[in-house]
Amino acid sequence: MAIRVVVQEEPFDFGAEAECFAAGRSDMGAVVTFTGVVRDVSGTLETMEIEHYPGMTQKALEKIAAEAEARWQLGEVLVIHRHGRMGPGERIMMVATASPHRGHAFEAAEYLMDYLKSRAPFWKKESGTGGTSWVAAKDEDEDALSRW
Amino acid sequence: MDLLYFAWVRERIGLPKERYETEAATVNDLIEELRGREERYAMAFSDLSALRVALDQELSEFDAPLAGVREVAFFPPMTGG
Repeated sequence: MAIRVVVQEEPFDFGAEAECFAAGRSDMGAVVTFTGVVRDVSGTLETMEIEHYPGMTQKALEKIAAEAEARWQLGEVLVIHRHGRMGPGERIMMVATASPHRGHAFEAAEYLMDYLKSRAPFWKKESGTGGTSWVAAKDEDEDALSRW
Repeated sequence: MDLLYFAWVRERIGLPKERYETEAATVNDLIEELRGREERYAMAFSDLSALRVALDQELSEFDAPLAGVREVAFFPPMTGG
């Protein structure tokens, strides 16, 4: 079982990451990838800035990935999360899971997403023609954890 | 200990990090002390339901003891993903 967690400012190459994720693992019948993209809901967004807590981020993500590993049958887990400034349509993060079973790969990917939304120390700030504001956490993000 | 602030907590207080000596027994006691320092702290710590705390880089609770803790971070609920 391999867990890889990457926290970086620069863009990542989704194609290359997806291509080499669990490559050559003939025991993994299912690979799920999820990508989070900067969304411009109102058509006024110019940039999104993601702040993080450098000392804590990597550890928090590794802990979430290790939890997923303990709960599902996984061969590989990948989490990439960016920080810094990005524009609408840019990729913020991705997770990938590989498992012998499709159900495990999907559920683990959803679990990773739910937890890294509200338990990994990232904060989004949106700037645009409507001004600048911190993105507020949603109650449903917190509620999403209760299903696990 | 080191106090760290992130996102709008950092903006309200006006600095990302500071060194602070305290005898406070718990996070709640520390917050009470900080509130009394200056208006900007009182503002940042006015609504604890909008705040989270990490002790030595682990998410924690406001009633947690501070004995032996070297780094306390305050920030709003996280918005990753």
